[in-house]
Amino acid sequence: MKGVNAGDTAWMLAATALVLLMTPALGLFYAGLVRSKNTLNTFMMCIAALAFATVMWAAVGYSLAFDEGNGFIGGLDHVFLHDVAFTPREGTTIPHLLFFAFQATFCIVTVALVSGAVVERMSFGPFLIFASLWSVLVYAVMAHWAFGGGWLQAHGTLDFAGGVPVEMGSGFSALAAALVVGARKDYGRQALLPHNAVYVLLGAGLLWFGWFGFNGGSGFSTGNPGILAFTNTLLCPAATLVVWFLLDLVRDRRVTAIGAATAIIVGCVGITPAGGYISPGWALALGALAALPSYAIIVWRPRTRVDETLDVLAAHGVAGFTGILFIGFFAQQSWNGVADGLAYGDASQLGHQALAALAAPAYAFAMTFVLLKAIGVLMPLRGTPHDEAIGMDVRHHGEEAYATGEGAILITAEAGVAEPVPVGDPG
Amino acid sequence: MKLVIGIVRPEQANDVLEALYRAEVRGVSLSRVQGHGGELDRVETYRGTTVKMGLAEKVRFEIAVSDEFVDPTIEALCEGARTGEVGDGKIFVVPLERAVRIRTGETDHGAVTPVGS
Repeated sequence: MKGVNAGDTAWMLAATALVLLMTPALGLFYAGLVRSKNTLNTFMMCIAALAFATVMWAAVGYSLAFDEGNGFIGGLDHVFLHDVAFTPREGTTIPHLLFFAFQATFCIVTVALVSGAVVERMSFGPFLIFASLWSVLVYAVMAHWAFGGGWLQAHGTLDFAGGVPVEMGSGFSALAAALVVGARKDYGRQALLPHNAVYVLLGAGLLWFGWFGFNGGSGFSTGNPGILAFTNTLLCPAATLVVWFLLDLVRDRRVTAIGAATAIIVGCVGITPAGGYISPGWALALGALAALPSYAIIVWRPRTRVDETLDVLAAHGVAGFTGILFIGFFAQQSWNGVADGLAYGDASQLGHQALAALAAPAYAFAMTFVLLKAIGVLMPLRGTPHDEAIGMDVRHHGEEAYATGEGAILITAEAGVAEPVPVGDPG
Repeated sequence: MKLVIGIVRPEQANDVLEALYRAEVRGVSLSRVQGHGGELDRVETYRGTTVKMGLAEKVRFEIAVSDEFVDPTIEALCEGARTGEVGDGKIFVVPLERAVRIRTGETDHGAVTPVGS
């Protein structure tokens, strides 16, 4: 076994922090896309992932994902960080503890991603339960398949930074969640518009920044695969942006800002599985290609009755699917040192990739569907139409994102007003 | 000629617009206002500061109509704005002395009748 490498460890410490930033960045991105009365609730779903996914990951998720176990799920030897310390994680040159933290940030952001399907109507309590269980039952299982020595990895599926557990896992779970929770009461009746496009752009920019740690760190070293993935994370989303601009121009003769923010995400997602396996040239091609199916679904989906509110399926599920399959065609051993794709003479790699592209969506969708149905039996997943009309911020958090303070009456400790009272009788 | 003022919940504003449209009432102004009308107020907490939010967000519709449109307008406002909970709002009808359409100089009945009807 190799020892701990100082350079690799230094980079992975930074990369872990970069990936952690993606979750509040996603919160900002999502918060800008909803109506102002749901700003805080939407952001808080991402913050909740920082809380609950992290604790669940430390408790059992990490072990089930990365302990040996069987092909489907890992074992329980690392429950509560048992045996996770300073010796290198097998196959890497970084301390096991750091490997754990890096992987934790992936679990967190993936849980946060799924919230995009249910914002503006799902109650906060049931969401916390869902997020906690989902991080184990869906994320940890799929992470084991792709990264932890599970059956997909054993079959030879290449997934550099999480096309299977992160992107397809969140995207197809989002579709199931939207179907179980149901549409917002005003969906299809009123225009439900993003309330702050600047948040959306800033959130997308910060996500892209964090994604350099996400993809660049997934080589677990400062070696070539990480460098390749890092630079591909610059190139691929840029190509997606260019194509998205053109698609916008063709469709409406104007280039939209929220479209651009979406394109950044789609490009980053597309390169996530493929980052360390394809050449920079093919990364540009992947970025251009990935724009097409995601754009089509984003245009089509709001005309359906499926209120998958923030298009997690299109931006993550479908772009991840594109990226996973792309490896099967254009992986290049001279760049990645691992395997060739169909275009470079190895057709079997496409088969391995196709297997992942079928299994991951099927499992994510089915498990999320069952999980939410089960929670729904125990408690209502959403509040009344009246709650929804008031907005989730006031209903679930007792705060407003844009409180002006006008008409606010200070409640002092002596007065101690706990119950709402008529305004005419201020006590 | 009357000025119908309707103060309604912001979340009902779209329903009110729809109801007005169906009643063929076309000339509408609306503004965001804050007020209170005896409904329960919300308690919010920001760190250590707890406050009662005494003013609620409302949308104020102002609709100048000829006499035969007063009742349909009021009905449309009620239909669109009513939820049955305290805080649905109020409607005030006040007499209107004059109205002028700036573009043409038409006055009174002509001024409050939509173009083309």
